[in-house]
Amino acid sequence: MAEILVLVDHVDGAVRKPTLELLTLARRLGEPSAVFLGPGADAATEVLGRYGAQKIYVVDAPEVDEYLVTPAVDALTQIAERTGPAVILVPSGPDGKEIAARVALRLGSGLITDAVDVTAGPDGPVTEQSAFAATYQVTAHVTQGVPVITVKPNAAAPEATPAEPVIEKQDVTFGPASAAVRILSRTPRERGDRPELTEADIVVSGGRGVNGAENFALIERVADALGAAVGASRAAVDAGWYPHSHQVGQTGTQVSPQLYLAAGISGAIQHRAGMQTSKTIVAVNKDADAPIFELADHGVVGDLFTVLPQLVDEIERRRS
Amino acid sequence: MKHVPDATADRTFTEDGTTDRASVDSLLSELDEYAVEQALRLAESDPDAEITYLTVGPEDARDALRKALAMGGDAAIHVSDEDIEGSDAFGTSLVLAKAIERHGFDLVLCGMASTDGTMGVLPALLAERLGVPAVTHLEDLAIEDGTVTGRREGDGATVRIEGTLPAVISVTDRSGDARYPSFKGIMAAKKKPVETLGLVDLGIEAAQVGPAGARSAVDTATRRPPRTKGEIVTDEGTGGVGLAAYLTTKKFI
Repeated sequence: MAEILVLVDHVDGAVRKPTLELLTLARRLGEPSAVFLGPGADAATEVLGRYGAQKIYVVDAPEVDEYLVTPAVDALTQIAERTGPAVILVPSGPDGKEIAARVALRLGSGLITDAVDVTAGPDGPVTEQSAFAATYQVTAHVTQGVPVITVKPNAAAPEATPAEPVIEKQDVTFGPASAAVRILSRTPRERGDRPELTEADIVVSGGRGVNGAENFALIERVADALGAAVGASRAAVDAGWYPHSHQVGQTGTQVSPQLYLAAGISGAIQHRAGMQTSKTIVAVNKDADAPIFELADHGVVGDLFTVLPQLVDEIERRRS
Repeated sequence: MKHVPDATADRTFTEDGTTDRASVDSLLSELDEYAVEQALRLAESDPDAEITYLTVGPEDARDALRKALAMGGDAAIHVSDEDIEGSDAFGTSLVLAKAIERHGFDLVLCGMASTDGTMGVLPALLAERLGVPAVTHLEDLAIEDGTVTGRREGDGATVRIEGTLPAVISVTDRSGDARYPSFKGIMAAKKKPVETLGLVDLGIEAAQVGPAGARSAVDTATRRPPRTKGEIVTDEGTGGVGLAAYLTTKKFI
């Protein structure tokens, strides 16, 4: 069966959920092999095996953590040249997309970024993507070389299929370009008690109408009542009310949860591009003409400072 | 610079799966304006700096160059050739890299992505082709003694990174608001030189670019059905309760 390389996204061996989704997608295309770069492979072996990795290629070299992107490009390219995979899957994100693009260029391969689904087709994998602020659904395929595909979080539900992975340490020759961009310091994104924005089933977002950093506590209360992640519009982030890592939109995080609750968000095109593929959309806004209501499955024209506290009380009442 | 279909307009695909540029007004990609802004700020602190804008695209892509020149800067290069139309990121990056090499450079500044394709891989591909560091996705940057440092919001962490010039740098929409062209700037832009180049000038074969050189193909492009308009209620004191009832029917509560 064809070998599918999956680049593992991890923090010191803690594998992030999108990688499990990629392993799940890879099983539709062939036999998944995980490519693990950096320290912590032992800690990751169990979970990678549980989600079906038949092999784990490990490159535990300091270069991977000391320099940006290029050591990963050297490693993934050389492993691909040795193993001759049918497909290479990489998590979407600034790092993942740059790694994928440079690997594809070196291998003479085609590249598809930000796939929301990947299925087996007669001429290799067929991808699905959203385009033009999610107003279009596009299917595409790679026509040259080993297809390199970056996949967005939430593209598939991770399914466990236990395997006993074979671990193969790989030596990589790092070229001079590998030391081009040094990482001076690294601040891992804070993981609170709430789910991560990209992985959450429910996202509760606040915008300009929240009117102040202190008022985001109300958005957080709603999120906690629903077990949701907190998002923010660009206006709220630019105003300094909530961290940029929570920004939902074209240049922030693009989310596709089961439920998206937008509070005090008018729904500019850049914001809609980041949440329009949510399964159910709910909006609370004072302005009845806000464009967000064009997308909403249920909308409340009203003051979020009266509607949301009442919503939280009612959720608690219904649960008790 | 990329000249892109207006993101607030109704954008469509043509039958061959490429962006339909004829049916909608185009303008300078908003995300490229941040790169222009950073270039202008760097030039303000270095009297020897020269800013040249570069775009690939049909005739009206010159509008994007004029917009950038109106913000400031010295000159522009427009690569235009009908064989380039329909290029993927590899073809486009080849054309840009050849034009950059031909002109010479200390620093290539790019936006983080275009507002139409939104792949965000072009700066990395340019660095790979030019053989220089890719100091990309920066939220802030400083250049001193030929070294660029900046903050990058990466996949799982924020990192501070450092690379030496010559380099390719890309900046995000958080790097600093772009200035508006002044009337004086708009008038001055009309006199600034814009060089036009074709594939022959860059030593590129037609088969290396356009659909012939593309390494992937769009099979289908389907417009999503518009979302059916939901129930919009005006809060008259029970909006929160009504919302909870709705969320219960959808099994979120």
